[in-house]
Amino acid sequence: MFCIGTYGVLARRNAVAILMSVELMLSAVNINLLAFWRYTAPENMAGQAFAAFVFVVAAAEAAVGLAIIISVYRSRRSVIVEDVNLLKG
Amino acid sequence: MQPFDLLASLPAIAAAVGLTITSIVVLALDMFLKESQRRNIAFVTAAGMFLTAGMMLAFWMPTAATEGLYWGGMVRFDMLATMFCVIALLGGGITALITIDVDKLGRSGEYYLIITVSTLGACLVSSASDLIMVFLGLETMTIPLYVLAAFRRDDKKSAESGMKYFLFGSFASAILLYGLSLIYGFTGSTNLYTIAEYMGSDAFTVNLVPVLVAITLIVVGFGFKISAAPFHFWTPDVYEGAPTPVTAFLSVVSKAASFALLVRFALTAFPPALAINGAEVQLFWTNLAAVLAVVSMIVGNLIALAQKNIKRMLAYSSIAQAGYTLIGVAALAADGREQAVAGISYYMLMYMFTNLLAFGVVILYSNATGKDDIRDFAGLSRRSPWMAIAMTIALLSLAGVPPGAGFLGKFFLFQAAVLSNLTWLALFGILMSLVALYYYLIVIKYMYVDKGEDEEQAIPVSGTYRWTLAVVTIVVILLGSFAVQPIFNWAMEGAQTLFASL
Repeated sequence: MFCIGTYGVLARRNAVAILMSVELMLSAVNINLLAFWRYTAPENMAGQAFAAFVFVVAAAEAAVGLAIIISVYRSRRSVIVEDVNLLKG
Repeated sequence: MQPFDLLASLPAIAAAVGLTITSIVVLALDMFLKESQRRNIAFVTAAGMFLTAGMMLAFWMPTAATEGLYWGGMVRFDMLATMFCVIALLGGGITALITIDVDKLGRSGEYYLIITVSTLGACLVSSASDLIMVFLGLETMTIPLYVLAAFRRDDKKSAESGMKYFLFGSFASAILLYGLSLIYGFTGSTNLYTIAEYMGSDAFTVNLVPVLVAITLIVVGFGFKISAAPFHFWTPDVYEGAPTPVTAFLSVVSKAASFALLVRFALTAFPPALAINGAEVQLFWTNLAAVLAVVSMIVGNLIALAQKNIKRMLAYSSIAQAGYTLIGVAALAADGREQAVAGISYYMLMYMFTNLLAFGVVILYSNATGKDDIRDFAGLSRRSPWMAIAMTIALLSLAGVPPGAGFLGKFFLFQAAVLSNLTWLALFGILMSLVALYYYLIVIKYMYVDKGEDEEQAIPVSGTYRWTLAVVTIVVILLGSFAVQPIFNWAMEGAQTLFASL
């Protein structure tokens, strides 16, 4: 899942799709954390707490990211990363 | 479990408490003040940050008795954390002051609020000693920075830089987080000290390779945050597109905090003596850091030579500065390690002042003229001699020429490298500093030798800028001369207590 997400970030051109791929990577992290928590240290709640924090932060990140993408879309009518190329060098 | 002692625990998060109060005050002022008075919020923000930093230094310095883990092992209260908190607080305060007259930023309360929150994240990062805190602190620091980079919604460049920063930054956080989750999986604990203990014990049976994979993922994540090459692609675009005060803030505060975290992470989770299957893990860290240092210095310095825009030039210069600082990280594995930690702290302190000074002049200039190409600085010495002097001192300090503070900063880092038997790396750093001198001197040449278009028109400088830049200039010179001894000794003490706790 992490690899699919990474591939998505590197290969996709649409900013929203890249955001979705990043979310996929974060889900991979969450599954990782919960599986490890269940099998290595179920008496210690740290893994579960970590996963909960990842959820919260991922939600905040998606909110900010979508807002930025919308503001780019408003000014340029496009969310294809390659069209957004004012800054180069 | 120890009983919870609130009064003893509070100093460990003094910076966070101070910044939370500041942000609430800023938010309230933004609602109640009229548009014409909102400019004063900058003073309130800066005062809040300077006051917090002053209180931390005056009343809540960690001593041998009080330092340790607090808040359930989430944060560590020690000299290193205090030092980097102070760097972040001063950086945030100065940024607030040099934004004050910038169009569309200086009068919006939410801008100062976001700066405050981001600084709060930086303070948490520099004292984090738990994987959860590491992640939360980093995100508290970076998510506001995405917003700041895209703050000028009417400006296409700003929106674009925000989007690029967001896409690269969130990708990097995800990679870093995956590395952290692997580390958690191997050890079953999120506390850095417990992790080190567990990995050093016989109960630890995981193979070496997965641990190295996790370390590589974490280093890649940090590489993005400190804008080290080859993870630097976002840096020039974001630096150029973002509003200049935001660039200034981003180049110093987030970099300093990430370095604090890198040092702490490298040293506490993988202490010097730790060996897995007979292989010293720390050597892997430091070798990675050495490679990143070499690549960053080459990429940063060589591409900076070709830049025409001053903000882009400073972006590549900041990649190169990350490279110099990484020399210090590479020196963590051998005898020079105390020197290296102290050197990194000192370098980040002086880099914060120097870079903010350079950006302060750029802000003033582009605010008055609307231009920010290097060529546009022609004749500045006759237009506004004091601004030209401040810029010259900043650039010379970045290049590492006395009397600027950069000379001693580089000196300590290279000394640490030599002590750790990395003489080749130090020599390479010196060679690259010579290359760097060229592009810094070009700006100085434009300012002093070349003729500008409207030379008789002085650039208007308001009182706030005059005072802020004058004080910062003096601090840069002091750090390069008289103040170096107490500050470096302080940093050295911090390094020693950090190693004593391992």
